[in-house]
Amino acid sequence: MELPAREPSPPGDAAVIAASSAAASGAAEETPFQRIVADFAASRIALAGLALIAVILVAALFAPLISPQNPYDLAQLDVMDSRLPPGAQSADGKFTYWLGTDDQGRDMLSAIFYGLRISIGVGVASTLCALAIGTTLGLLAAFFGGRVDSLIMRIADIQLSFPAILIALILLAVLGQGVDKIIVALVAVQWAYYARTVRSSALVERRKEYVDAAACLALPTRRIVFRHLLPNCLPPLIVVATVQVAAAITLEATLSFLGLGLPITEPSLGLLISNGFTYLLSGKYWISFFPGIALLVTIVSINLVGDQLRDVLNPRLQR
Amino acid sequence: MLVYLIRRATQSVVVLLVMSLLVFVGVYAIGNPVDILINPNADQEDIERAIKGLGLDKPLWEQYLVFLKQALLGDLGKSFVFNVPALQLILERMPATLELAVTAMLIAIVFGIPLGLWAGLKPDSVAGKTIMTGSILGFSLPTFWVGLMLIMVFSVDLGWLPSSGRGPTRELLGVPVSFLSWDGIKHLIMPATNLALFNLALVIRLTRAGTREALVQDYVKFARAKGLSDARVIGVHVLKNISIPIVTVTGLQFGTLIAFAIVTETIFAWPGMGKLLIDSIHVLDRPVIVAYLLIIVTFFIVINLLVDLAYSLLDPRVRLADAKA
Repeated sequence: MELPAREPSPPGDAAVIAASSAAASGAAEETPFQRIVADFAASRIALAGLALIAVILVAALFAPLISPQNPYDLAQLDVMDSRLPPGAQSADGKFTYWLGTDDQGRDMLSAIFYGLRISIGVGVASTLCALAIGTTLGLLAAFFGGRVDSLIMRIADIQLSFPAILIALILLAVLGQGVDKIIVALVAVQWAYYARTVRSSALVERRKEYVDAAACLALPTRRIVFRHLLPNCLPPLIVVATVQVAAAITLEATLSFLGLGLPITEPSLGLLISNGFTYLLSGKYWISFFPGIALLVTIVSINLVGDQLRDVLNPRLQR
Repeated sequence: MLVYLIRRATQSVVVLLVMSLLVFVGVYAIGNPVDILINPNADQEDIERAIKGLGLDKPLWEQYLVFLKQALLGDLGKSFVFNVPALQLILERMPATLELAVTAMLIAIVFGIPLGLWAGLKPDSVAGKTIMTGSILGFSLPTFWVGLMLIMVFSVDLGWLPSSGRGPTRELLGVPVSFLSWDGIKHLIMPATNLALFNLALVIRLTRAGTREALVQDYVKFARAKGLSDARVIGVHVLKNISIPIVTVTGLQFGTLIAFAIVTETIFAWPGMGKLLIDSIHVLDRPVIVAYLLIIVTFFIVINLLVDLAYSLLDPRVRLADAKA
C-alpha cells in the first residue's frame, strides 16, 4: 500500500554548499560523500539493513551456484519428496530439505533463492525504468513550465489519486501476464512519484544562478537539464527510489499472489507463497511461511536503509 | 465555490470517459471470449448465434459506443458467466465489501488513536517504543502474507476463527450484514483485522506526531495551568486539535481500503466485489471487469471530491479556488 504521497523537502543547497566549502578549505575537509557515508554509518540498524541487503543480493545473484537444487529442472525433482516438512531427508537419503519441499518435491530453500532473483530483478528493473521516465518528465515539467508542466503534472496528480494496486490491476487485466507486462505495470504505477519529487526540487534549483550562468554560456537545453539541474536534484530522488524498490517488490508479490503477475514457470516469492496457500489449511505451513519471511526481510531491510538515507540526505536535519 | 464544483465535475467526467475507453479497449483486446465461453463442440451455427448474441461480431468502436450508451442508461452489460447484469452482480457484492472496509476503518481508529496517544505522551517508555516498532512493521509487512499467517495461527493451529467465507448474514434495513450474529462476527474478525493493519499503523503515527506537537503548544500549557485534570487536557484539548488530519487521512484511505479489499477478500474467500473482480479476470468475464473498474473509479472520484470539500469545511484557511483540482 502506498503512503500518502509526501512532498519531499527541497534538497536546498546542501550539496552545493558542502561542495564549495570543501573546495574552499582544501583537501583537509571531508567531501560530501564522506560525510554522507559517516552519517549513514552512525545508525547501527541501518548498517544492519545494508548488510542484510548485501546478503540477499548475493543470494539472488549467485542463486544457481549456492542452491542445493535447480528448482526449475523437473528432472531433479522427485514427486516422492513432495510436501516434506523442514529438515526432512529426501527419499534417496542423499539430501536434507532444510526448509521443506513444496507440492512438486521442490526444495524450498532453492526455490526461495531463485524467487528472490526474480522478485528483486523485477523490482529493481521497474524502479530504474520508472526513475528514468519519471525524472525526465519531472525535469521537463519544471524547466519548461506552462502547458508542458500542467499536462504532465495533471496526469501524475490524477494517477496518484488512485491506489497503486488498482492501477496495476487495471493494467494487468488489460495486458495479460508475463515479466515484461508486470514491469510495464510497475513502471506505470511508479513514474509519477519521481516526476513529482524531481519537479519540486527542480523548481527550486531552476531559479539559482548556476542555471542562469549555464544558459548564458548558450549551452544546449539538454545539457543544462541533465548535467546541471539533475545532479542537484538527486538526493530526494535517491531516497524515493530506495523506498520504491521495496514498494515495487511488495506490489509484484501481491499481484503474483492474486495470480495476475508472473507466470507459474518463473515463480517469484509471491507466487511461492500463493502455491503454499492451498496447503496451509492442512497445517503444511512451510511452503508459504519461508518465502514470506524472505520477502519480509528484504522489504524491511530496504526500508531501514531508505529511512536512514532520508535523514542523512535531508539538509534540514543537518548538524 | 460553484465554479470550482463545475470544473471538478467536468474533470471527473473526462477522467471517467478516458478510463472507460482504456479499460474497454484493453479488456476487449485480450484473448477471445468466444473460445472461452462457447462450447468448442458446438456447431458453426450455434457459435455464430452466440457471437451475435454477445454482440462480439461488431467492430470494436461500435461495441464501445453501444457500451457507452448502455452505461449511461445504467446497463453495463451482462456477465458472460452468470448471465445476469454485471451492475446487479457487483451491487449484490458491494455490502460485503463495504462492511469489511468500514469494520477495518473502525478497528484502525478505535485501536490506533489510544495507542498513538500513548506513544505520543510517553515516547521514551518501553510501551511507546514497542508501539512505534509495531507500526513500522505494519507498514512493511506484505498484507497478503500477514493474512495467511493469521489463518495459520488462528484457524489452523488454534482453531478459534473460521478461515474463509462470510458466515450467516441478517438483514439490517434491507442490507445483508454479518455483524449481527456471533458466527458472523467470528468470520469478520480476521479479514477486517488484516485489512486494518496498514491504516492502524498510519493512525498510530499520525496521532503520535500530532500529540507530540500539541503537547508543547501554549493552549495545553494554559489548560494545565488552569488546573485541569490530565484526562481532560488530553481527552478534550489535545484530541480535538489533532483530529483534523486524522479525519482527512482516514477519509482518503477509505478508497484505498476498498481497493485493498481485493487482496483480503481473495485470501479469506470473502464474497465481496474484490473477489468477484479476481474471479472475473481469471475467466475473462469482461463486462464484470469493466463494470467493476468503472464503479471503483467513480467511487474514487467521489471520495476525492468529498475529502477536498471536507477539508475546506474543517480548515477555513484552505481556499478551493487556489487548490489544485
